[in-house]
Amino acid sequence: MDKNHLQRQLEMKRSLLDQGYLDEQFIQLEELEDGDNPNFVEETVTTFYANSARLLQNIEQALGSRPIDFTALDNCMHQFKSSSTSIGATRVKKECTLFMEYCEAANAEGCIRTFRQVKQEHASLKTKLENYFKLARQGGTSAGGHAGRS
Amino acid sequence: MGMSMESQFHVLAVDDSIIDRKLIERLLKTSSYQVTTVDSGTKALEFLGLHEDDQSNTETPSVSPNNHQEVDVNLIITDYCMPGMTGYDLLRKIKESSSLRDIPVVIMSSENVPSRISRCLEEGAEEFFLKPVRLSDVNRLRPHMMKTKLKDPKQDNEENKEESGKPVSRSLEEKEEQQQQHQQQQLHRLPQQQHSNSNKRKALEEGLSPDRTRPRYNGLTTVV
Repeated sequence: MDKNHLQRQLEMKRSLLDQGYLDEQFIQLEELEDGDNPNFVEETVTTFYANSARLLQNIEQALGSRPIDFTALDNCMHQFKSSSTSIGATRVKKECTLFMEYCEAANAEGCIRTFRQVKQEHASLKTKLENYFKLARQGGTSAGGHAGRS
Repeated sequence: MGMSMESQFHVLAVDDSIIDRKLIERLLKTSSYQVTTVDSGTKALEFLGLHEDDQSNTETPSVSPNNHQEVDVNLIITDYCMPGMTGYDLLRKIKESSSLRDIPVVIMSSENVPSRISRCLEEGAEEFFLKPVRLSDVNRLRPHMMKTKLKDPKQDNEENKEESGKPVSRSLEEKEEQQQQHQQQQLHRLPQQQHSNSNKRKALEEGLSPDRTRPRYNGLTTVV
């Protein structure tokens, strides 16, 4: 295990937490990693992004229809928000909450505007997490700090 | 102490979200439970050997053997919000089945809706967990499963006290930090974890008592 890498990994994580990109739930995921499941966090995040692309597409379509079915929109976003919450994606979650408030108010403009923010945060986090996992792999550890495959 | 019993406990987890299925499976396996996950209430009932057209009959057993000769499930944990059959619908069907009603059921939800919680508890759910589910939540499952296997309530209570002691304060702090917009979630977390081994209804009532400073909450009369 490379001490320097681990230090940088920890600092990166600290920074993501401090800036509100991630929350305690992400730490909870890391705590579930062990010798038998050393890559659980990265696997979960990968699954999240694979799945969320589809969910975002559903929302995009629902937003594009006229008239907008706000109930369907709310349901779609609920699913996406739920997944985001499960991986600890705080900023994404916040935008989702805002989006759902606009849904409830049947405010199309608000939904469209907020959805842009949702996608932005979603993409931004993806890049940051990719860097994080890359660093973890280079250091010979998994996200949770377990020595695993490099 | 019954540690060897844990590896024999089989939990059926029901959730339409692939992420949440992955998470609950990891949580349960970390606790040494055998886990089966399904993505709908319909599939859960199929797995349990209960077909939708034969239930609500208390006289005749409603389990029809399919490919599972004996489905030994010690606990069912299900998401509330699912398309088609909700977790509540699934709970009801299980409780209406003479063969399945003794299996403890736990509901999970990402939304803290007090009337929803009380409705599930009234219908016979053992616990109601707010998502994201934590290891401290999963630690609460063992007593429910052990009750059906060992039937030793005193032993269960002792263990339950021990397990729930530490996570309480840590969990509360975390919840307050990360979920400020969901103030009502504190209402749910606090009574449940402080009264881990008492009647769940009592816990809910105590959480709603006026001497607690809980913002914006009017009581169980909230209409869903």
